[in-house]
Amino acid sequence: MASTAITESTLQAALTERLKATHVEVTDMSGGCGQSFTTLIVSPEFAGKNSLKRHRLVNAALKDEIAQIHAWSAKCQTPEEWAKEKAATGGNDGPPLDGTTGGKVDGVAQ
Amino acid sequence: MFSRSIARQLLRQTPGAARPVAAAPAFTFCQPSLFSLTQQRLLSDTTKQAIDKAVASAPVVLFMKGTPETPQCGFSRASIQILGLQGVDPAKFAAFNVLEDPELREGIKEYSDWPTIPQLYIDKEFVGGCDIIVSMHQNGELAKLLDEKKVLAAAEAEEAAAAAAGEEKKE
Repeated sequence: MASTAITESTLQAALTERLKATHVEVTDMSGGCGQSFTTLIVSPEFAGKNSLKRHRLVNAALKDEIAQIHAWSAKCQTPEEWAKEKAATGGNDGPPLDGTTGGKVDGVAQ
Repeated sequence: MFSRSIARQLLRQTPGAARPVAAAPAFTFCQPSLFSLTQQRLLSDTTKQAIDKAVASAPVVLFMKGTPETPQCGFSRASIQILGLQGVDPAKFAAFNVLEDPELREGIKEYSDWPTIPQLYIDKEFVGGCDIIVSMHQNGELAKLLDEKKVLAAAEAEEAAAAAAGEEKKE
């Protein structure tokens, strides 16, 4: 089983393919180490699912990748929700940064 | 604000707790497995029972890195802050520091089928991690859930009831 390096683009490709995502933003929060990522995933697959189910869908799709990294954060929206939020925030929507310090992950690294 | 951390007494109750079983299969006619042996780790009964107990120890349970007073990770800190903001009753809350116990740290991920920490349980039901807690906090779902489960401290519960019943008081 190939253990490819996990980068923003590999995650983006995997998400787009496995979740039929229409929009994906991946940010490496670990200062380039490829260990912590926050993502915004927009996909019609999320329709009708509550927050937990959406996250479980993502976790299942990226099981191998997530197992290899240290920190993972995701915002899962349907295309409609994303459009609404973009309108509300004036295009400032993006991957969640809560829990990070200026977009960088603090704390125990292992 | 949050007083209890039952981690030690509950999780160290069995001396020499069994390690998760990672034995090679005794039979050789197994089909090619989708997961390598390292990924197919079995949650030992002891660990599972200890986690069952932990999850049931209080109406609101957070598995986190560090303690409520000194979180050791930004995501854990954010989760604790939100629970505090929501006014969870400390008497109905328990926090478990996974950094104190490697078996708990790995076990809780298999138990919840969730890859990261922190993990929030309300009324023995898995709610989610930091992201979910944050978004539920922002859209009011968390407040509603906590109120439904009656785990808010008295003052906050009254406020929540008042806000739900009538107009919001703007002070």
